[in-house]
Amino acid sequence: MRKLMKNVSHLVLPISVMVLLIIINLVKGADYFTITMINGALYGNIPNILFGASELVILSIGMTLVTAASRGQDISIGESATISSAVFVWFVLRSGEATPVTIIVGFLLSCVVGLGLGAFNGILVSIFKVQPMVASLILFTGGRSIAFMIDGKLSPILANDISNRIGTVIPGIPIQTPVILTVVFIALFAVLLKTTTLRLYVETVGINPNAARLNGINPKKVIFLTFLIMGFCSAVAGFIAVNKAGRHDSVNLLKNIMMDAILAVAIGGNSLGGGTFSITGSIIGAYTIEMLNRTLLRLEIEPAMIKVFKAIFIVILMVVASPVVRDFIKKVLDRNRTRKEE
Amino acid sequence: MASEKAIKQKARLSNSNLLFLIASVIFVLMYLFAIISYPGSFLQFQTFFDLFNLNAPLIIMTFGLCIVMIGGGIDISIGSVCGLVTMACAVYLEKRSGSIAGAILLSMGIGILFGILHGYLIAYLEIQPFIITLSGLFLAQGLLTTLHKNPLNVTMPAFVNLRDFNIVITWLGTRNRLGVFIPCQIKPGTIIVAVLLVIFASLMKWSRFGRNVYAVGGNSHSAMMLGINVKRTKFITYVISGLTAGIAGFVYIMTTGAGNIGNAAGAEMKAIASAIMGGTLLNGGVGNLLGAPIGTLTLLVINELIRAAGVQSNFQAIVSGLLLYLFIILQSIIMSLRDRKRFTVALPPWLHLSGKGQA
Repeated sequence: MRKLMKNVSHLVLPISVMVLLIIINLVKGADYFTITMINGALYGNIPNILFGASELVILSIGMTLVTAASRGQDISIGESATISSAVFVWFVLRSGEATPVTIIVGFLLSCVVGLGLGAFNGILVSIFKVQPMVASLILFTGGRSIAFMIDGKLSPILANDISNRIGTVIPGIPIQTPVILTVVFIALFAVLLKTTTLRLYVETVGINPNAARLNGINPKKVIFLTFLIMGFCSAVAGFIAVNKAGRHDSVNLLKNIMMDAILAVAIGGNSLGGGTFSITGSIIGAYTIEMLNRTLLRLEIEPAMIKVFKAIFIVILMVVASPVVRDFIKKVLDRNRTRKEE
Repeated sequence: MASEKAIKQKARLSNSNLLFLIASVIFVLMYLFAIISYPGSFLQFQTFFDLFNLNAPLIIMTFGLCIVMIGGGIDISIGSVCGLVTMACAVYLEKRSGSIAGAILLSMGIGILFGILHGYLIAYLEIQPFIITLSGLFLAQGLLTTLHKNPLNVTMPAFVNLRDFNIVITWLGTRNRLGVFIPCQIKPGTIIVAVLLVIFASLMKWSRFGRNVYAVGGNSHSAMMLGINVKRTKFITYVISGLTAGIAGFVYIMTTGAGNIGNAAGAEMKAIASAIMGGTLLNGGVGNLLGAPIGTLTLLVINELIRAAGVQSNFQAIVSGLLLYLFIILQSIIMSLRDRKRFTVALPPWLHLSGKGQA
């Protein structure tokens, strides 16, 4: 039991936040969980959250790994997603008619570009020992312009049946395709972490790179690998985002998503200073952020004030989760326990 | 013994000084290159002063950010706080018909309030600085849009006078234009930059607080062992950063004369980039306040060069990204070469000690 508690203790924060948000939503209106069928697909508050958070979930998985291994954050994820999806759109539009083959080839091509961008950041961080945030600042500065040049014009439109289906629903399947893709991605990742030594290596490097090196793990390789994974994640996120939108808007696609992704990692109970990590926490954190955004909309708060409420919410959350407050609560609980025993 | 001590101190501080030296050499080379390729515009003193005149807020923000970064933290809310201050000042001056002194107090007050909020949460509750200042960014942006949505031009006569006020340097104009008499003009913002530079640089260099900040940023644990109040030091760095963001906001509205939602948007990233170019490391403990304006100016000269070359605006972002890349690589190579040299040389004991202390 205690072991189970230990395994779950880092998830207490995100899950309790989620429960709190659900309670707020239920107070606002009891129809929060209602799900309706429209054109053979499920719609409602919960499916919308799953649908809306799909890119954020994928990106926060990659961000968790990068944070754990390199003790820093990649702030260029939105930009690398934009560039890789620009390549995807370029390929699909260039090849004329969109068939499943062109879509898949385009997706693979965008993955290659994503890996390349990840490698760019990874080389800077691992070999040249630049801090991750500084290294990704380069791509952050120039990324959207590169995407614009690949596009050649402002927001080319991706109007074909297949990408429409990828972005919304495939007829006959009641769940939106992005949700399915996210689930598949999470499953793939779970298998990767369970079957390989990736988790052990990343955590070792994150806790102490020198100790890892002395134990025969090459920190450079591990950090580089996490950045490659981050590049792949951003390519997938870009693919989903561009299919959702139906057009490639190089200026606004996934803008400022790195803030939300880092926030998701932090809400998930992970330290932004590297070390042990929990992908589950980050995933729940990402869904929590989407839920928070939608809750604020549902409460009909003035659009101008939404950011204020979000900020206050985050601050309260982080204060509750902060080590000082946690220690204080533990101390109070201990005192009560000893008093009872007396 | 005394000489030994002096050498030790020199060796310990040299990491900051080396990066600062690299930054200034690159800036001088960049400016010389600019002068050679565009002598018409870059040879004029006014161009140099305009870099300060138009970008004083960014330089002022970089001071605060540098201090926070040397202390081992980061503050990404400064751009939004600066924007909020401009709008608050505009509303205060235009709608409430306040005085200029009141506006200055207001801007500094808002900045310090944000600084205290961040500093308390980060230093005393030990929450990660990125998250707290990110929520500060959201808070400032939200308050900004709540305060006033549309651009607000300040038409108060006293303020307009202040906005259009220029300090004319007659002797510089005559000496450089060879007969053509157009004196150089300096905005009050530039003077504020100079004053703040002197204050902050001497604060970091000679005061007890400044040395504490370096110690805390280098290794907060050993700083605590030495009896430095780590929490208070961190707290004060964030308050200073908030204060500079507030001052930057007032300087911003003093140059543009209008409150706007887009004011100083994205300035935090520019400030981080210029702090890094100026030789401050994100890890903390390394940096030189004099590097802050140098870094900002390097970034600005790059932008001006690209603009002068008439490159398409899309290339501008790419080229500045590339130059940032070159700069970062160069810094990293120089640092690693230096480390290696220290490693191979047979060290006398005192140098060995200082090398260890640097870590």
